[in-house]
Amino acid sequence: MNKLKKFGLGILISLFLTISANADKIRIGTEGAYPPWNSKDASGKLIGFEVELAWALCRYIGQQCVIVEQDWDGMIPALQMRKFDAIMAGMSITDERKKVITFSQGYADEVASLAVMKGSSLEGMDTPEGVNLNLGGADVKKALKTITGALAGKTVCTQTGTIHQNFLESGDVGKVNVRTYKTQDEVNLDLASGRCDVALAAAVAFTDYAEKSGKPVVLVGPTFSGGAFGNGVGVGLRQASQMGEDSTQGKRDAALLKAFNKAIDQARKDGVISRLAIKHFGFDASM
Amino acid sequence: MDINLIITSFPKLIIASFTTIKLLSVSLLIGLFIGLVFALLRINNNIILGKIAYGYSYVFRGTPLLVQIFIIYYGFGQVELIRESIFWSVLKEPYWCAVIAFALNTGAYTSEILRSAFQTIKPGLIEAGKSLGVNSKIIFYKIQIPIAIRQSLPAYGNEIILMLKGTSLASTVTLMDLTGVAKYIISTTFKPIEVFIIAGSIYLFFTFIIHNIIKVLEKKYSF
Repeated sequence: MNKLKKFGLGILISLFLTISANADKIRIGTEGAYPPWNSKDASGKLIGFEVELAWALCRYIGQQCVIVEQDWDGMIPALQMRKFDAIMAGMSITDERKKVITFSQGYADEVASLAVMKGSSLEGMDTPEGVNLNLGGADVKKALKTITGALAGKTVCTQTGTIHQNFLESGDVGKVNVRTYKTQDEVNLDLASGRCDVALAAAVAFTDYAEKSGKPVVLVGPTFSGGAFGNGVGVGLRQASQMGEDSTQGKRDAALLKAFNKAIDQARKDGVISRLAIKHFGFDASM
Repeated sequence: MDINLIITSFPKLIIASFTTIKLLSVSLLIGLFIGLVFALLRINNNIILGKIAYGYSYVFRGTPLLVQIFIIYYGFGQVELIRESIFWSVLKEPYWCAVIAFALNTGAYTSEILRSAFQTIKPGLIEAGKSLGVNSKIIFYKIQIPIAIRQSLPAYGNEIILMLKGTSLASTVTLMDLTGVAKYIISTTFKPIEVFIIAGSIYLFFTFIIHNIIKVLEKKYSF
């Protein structure tokens, strides 16, 4: 019995030590399935723009970090349940998300684009190169009308719970037959197999897939920004009010927001964000 | 706990559960047919057919349902030969991919349930029929089948309940069943607890109904 007690105590102590060892580390959640933003290499190690940026920001903050993997559809709930402290997963800053979490300043901006397989009837759509939904005006309206016509009766695929899904369901391009997937990988697979007539995601997600798989995936129509597409990608953090602003946890959350904003400022000034963006995207996506 | 969310998402989940029920009943119907055919092959004296039936049930009971769905949906979609065949018009649809996977899966389990039911029929009952000069077709339909159905009811009821829960995997191939819609609501509200509690309750309610139907049937056909 005594031995058993000692054994139990030992487990408790080691548990406590692991918890306290992790307590002052910043835990950052990422998806690991949205290249080139974040993905995994063949050995399962997390790689990508945001993974490297996360390490850089942690050095600026001066605290140790742990990067945690989390499925996209449970990202925000996991943050709120304190499974980790920050989200860096290509998550765009949108009003809808701001209702439940808060964001640091944006560190990078992406444009979205439609993609089809080569030979699709959607190729050669007559639209301007870019559509910024914040601007509005006759040009944007005309482009959206062209896209509405092109998407009618087509199966449009996109990842669940993304700005892209929000846009397709916003009514801007009429009533679209949307099919949603858990990951971008699955969207790519079904675009290639022909189950999807057209897909919507970050333009770089498609170019990355086309390059790595060798499949003839081509971008069509304009690149999208503004409106439902949010205002750049930032670090998602808990609202300090979630646990009470005067509570220890609330104070820690508020301090984290400040720390990330400062770190992003410094990283931008030092050219770290630009350098990492060029390395992973092939162009300067920093903001 | 967000009571308002529970109230607003309840009707959406109820509508989605029709898809679940449709998936379940179509798969069970096809699966029962497959199961019966393969059970008969197993108890048949033909060794080769018996081995084929055994292999089928071995493979489909030995691999996870999720893997089976992924192979049929994403796997077959990658093969050009299949994409250009006539099967593609069926395999292109997520609904039919799910039904095929579910039916093959439940068919394997059903074949085992029915096989054991057939094998537990006392030889005396069949011999009694034979000694009265009843021909073997009638013995099969009037003696073996009714007894086998009665014997397999408890196990088959269990299989229906397992399949009901198995249909939740349909959401992994983009189908908007009960789980699919629950996940969809969560992706816009970020509140998993409320939504999954209702979805879970609806599954529980269906299980309750299936359980009781089987219980009534068991009583009715008891001897």
